[in-house]
Order: sequence, then structure tokens, then C-alpha cells
Amino acid sequence: MIGLPFVYTLGGLMFGAYAIAGWRDRANPRRYANGLFWGLLALSFLAGDRLGDVGNGVLVLALVAVAAPGLGRGVPATTTPGERQALAVRHGNRLFAAALIVPAVALIGALAFRHMPALIDPKQTTLVALGFGTLIALIVCMAWLRPAPIAALEEGRRLADAISWALVLPQMLSALGVVFAMAGVGEVVGGLLGRALPHGSLVAAVLAYAIGMAVFTVLMGNAFAAFPVMAAAVGVPLLIQGHGGTAAAVASLGMLCGFCGTLLTPMAANYNLVPAALLELPNRYGVIRAQAPTALLMFVANLLLLYFLAFPR
Amino acid sequence: MIVLIGILFLVAGFALRLNPLPVIAIAAAATGLAAGMTPLAILGSFGHAFNENRYVSVIYVVLPVIGLLERYGLQQRARALIASLHGATVGRLLMAYLLFRQLTAAVGLISIAGHAQTVRPLLAPMAEGAAEKQGVIEPEPRARIRALAAATDNVGVFFGEDIFLAIGSILLMKGFLEHYGILIDPLTLSWAIPSAVCAFLLHGARLMLLDRRLARGRRR
Repeated sequence: MIGLPFVYTLGGLMFGAYAIAGWRDRANPRRYANGLFWGLLALSFLAGDRLGDVGNGVLVLALVAVAAPGLGRGVPATTTPGERQALAVRHGNRLFAAALIVPAVALIGALAFRHMPALIDPKQTTLVALGFGTLIALIVCMAWLRPAPIAALEEGRRLADAISWALVLPQMLSALGVVFAMAGVGEVVGGLLGRALPHGSLVAAVLAYAIGMAVFTVLMGNAFAAFPVMAAAVGVPLLIQGHGGTAAAVASLGMLCGFCGTLLTPMAANYNLVPAALLELPNRYGVIRAQAPTALLMFVANLLLLYFLAFPR
Repeated sequence: MIVLIGILFLVAGFALRLNPLPVIAIAAAATGLAAGMTPLAILGSFGHAFNENRYVSVIYVVLPVIGLLERYGLQQRARALIASLHGATVGRLLMAYLLFRQLTAAVGLISIAGHAQTVRPLLAPMAEGAAEKQGVIEPEPRARIRALAAATDNVGVFFGEDIFLAIGSILLMKGFLEHYGILIDPLTLSWAIPSAVCAFLLHGARLMLLDRRLARGRRR
């Protein structure tokens, strides 16, 4: 059955190729650091399941140690802006068709693979489809554009070096979330917020729940971590059982208040810090800054929707 | 209370703009120690979770395809296409994308677009191309337009996906409430629809205001 191991192998081979090419790239003054970083990541993708928990912990520490002083940027051979302009004119809109292969295969695969549980792991259809989409797009591009055989990997390395260590941030932060959960951080925050609340006031309870969801999400980077805590501390006992709120409305509008927090926090690295690196923004927090006004407006909107729609009057 | 020390480290680390990787490692160690875990247990649980969460990094397998297409002028082509469209503006382009992203996310098609697959190769250069037509040429405001393209993708997904029935957050809410003996049909969770409409109107209004601001700047 084809599942995550297939996609992990694909990723591992890719990072492994970046490691070798990065190590050999004399134009990068920190080439050994880059080579080691991508090499460790390749090891994680290819053999992570065989390393054991402590082994993986040591691997993470090694990744941190290599990346802490900062990685360099490889200088793979690529086309100049002028050449790209000319190539864009020559290839025209067919470039879009090629770019849409990955999303199209991901879409078709995600829908079709659900009906092939014997062949494709039914829980991982989208990621497997994404892997297939990438392979198909690569084959089509190689056949059509006929670049040098290693060009695709060198171009991938160019982008990976632009993202740099931010690439592992989302994984690091989810792991931190697990440690927080084991240490009971959520219960402490929920308890503090619950005790700070004046009794009997619906407005105060709604505010505490909504603000708690947003603030806790800012701290944890993930509304999924905030929801069980805030729903247990305020949502279920006060809003649903105390004030007779509609359970589905309290739950879903609370979660959406949390999403406003996600838009505001560097802890949600894959939404906020990684795209800043990917788009080569001068400010690491540029994406957060661009969406902050929307996040704040949406927080107010969700708060009002919660107050006016969720309770009987 | 003392387990909150990790959060303190994190906030300080982000505020001082230190490299987040060591900051996260230290925050995890401090939190675990404060909760009475042994160093080996902290290391093991951190390593286990890091390994289990590899799937969030899987999206980067698309980088070679995106990079290869960039080599052959995809971004330039995206810019030229927008430049040739009469009446294309940053605001209208991003608003159309916002609607597309909200609608596709609402039916569960989250991974057909995103920062690596569509924003870097297509949306951001298109937005920059449109902004250029509207008179934005300095690098700094152009970076802000790119950031806005990424932000629009986030807003679209966040305030679209919760309408879908099988998405993670809905299953989480349903499961959590069941634990308290509250049974809800996932269909009744469509409370996210008014919020999705608000997101389109509010973020859309910001995009329209941006167009007006750019038009004013040009006339001056």
C-alpha cells in the first residue's frame, strides 16, 4: 500500500541531493553547514522511524546546533532575469499549464484515491497525490523543456536555501506543543482565565472565551491546542451549560476566534514565517503585518457573531 | 504556574528576533524540567513528535518543479499576463483569489493551492505585475504587496475550511463535545458561514482601499 513512507522517501531523496550539491557548492561560504543541515533532514525523512525517540531527539539537537549560527545560501546555476523574460515569451501560457499539473493531480488524486483503499492509504490520499503530482510534473517538464538532468534539483536547492532553517520551524513548533501538553501548560492557562472571570455575566464569559482562544492560539501557534483548554475552562461549563448557548455555535465561532490568533503569531510558522522566507521578504514578520488588520477585524466580527447568534434571547 | 516559563522564553526569543530554533529547544527543555520530566524524557518526546510531524514539511517536494518553471520564466509570464489584462489591479486580483481559495477550502480542497504551490510562482508575481501597472515600483512597497498575497491565501483558507464537514477542526470540536455528552451533527457546524462572508467583505474591503490608495498616489 502506498502511503506516507512513499512521500517521505521522495522528500528524503530530495533533501539528500540538496545536501550533496550544497556541500560541494564552493560559492557558499557556509557550505558545510548547509550540507549538514539538508543531510540531517534527509536522514530524518529516510530513517526517522528507525532512529527511536531519543535518536530523533538527538537528530533535532544536531539540526538546531548546525542552524543556530545561521545557514548560508547556495549559488546554483540558473537563468538571469533577462533570459527568463525571453524564455517566458517563447514558452507562453504553456508554463501555466505545467504549473497547474501539481494542483490538478493533487485534486484528482485526493478524490480518486479514496476509492482505492487497497492500493493507497486512505488516510493519506492528499499527500500521496501531491507526491505523484510532483513526479508527473517533473517528468512532463523534463520532456518538454529538456533542461540539464540535475537542473530541477539545483533549482529546488535554490528555493530551499531561500527558506533555509525556517523549513523545519513548523515541525519544531508542533513538537514543542506536545511538550507543552505533557507539562500541562494548557490547564494552567485555562485555570488562570477561569478564575479571573466575574460570575454570572454573559458578556464577561463571551469575552474571556474569545480572547482566551485568540491569546492562547498566539502562544501555542495552533487553535487546535487552544480549543480543548478554553472549551473546558469556559466554553462548556459557562457558555453552553451556564448560559444555554448552542453547542455547535460556541464551538465553531470559538475556533474561528482562535484562527484570528493564528494570523497574528510567529508561532504559526508555516502560515506566517515560511511564506515570508519563501517570498524573500525583507521583514521576517511581513506577512503577519499584512494580515494583522484583517485578523483584528475578523476577531471583532466573530466575537459579535458569537454573542448575538449563539445564545437564546 | 512555573510550567509557563517556556512561553516566557518564546516571547522573549521572538521579540529579540533570535534564531527561533534554539529558542524553541530551550523553551521545550525549560517547560519539561519545570513539569518534573527527566532530560531524557523531554528529548525523547520532542524527538518523537518531530518525527511524527514530518508530514507538515512534505509540501516542499514541489520545490524542484516550481524552481524549474521559474528557470524558464514562469514568474515573468505571470507578470506579463496580468499586465495584458485590461482593468487588472492588485485589489481585484487578490479578491478573486480570496474567493477562489475560500470556495475551494469550503469543499475541502485545501492542498490544491498554497504558499509553495501557487503564491510564490503565480499569485505574488501577478500581484506585483498589477501593482507595477498601478505605479508601484520601489522594492519596499512591492515586498508589501507580496506579503499581502501570502496573507490573502491565509485568510482564504482559515475562513473557508471550517465550512467543510470532514476537516480536522470540525472533527476535533465534534469529538471534544461528545466527551462532555454533547452530541452534534457536523452539519450544524455551518456556523462558520457568516464568518466566512465577513472575512470576504472585510479583507475584500481592505484590498479595494489599497487600490484606491494606489490610484491616488499615481495621480499625485
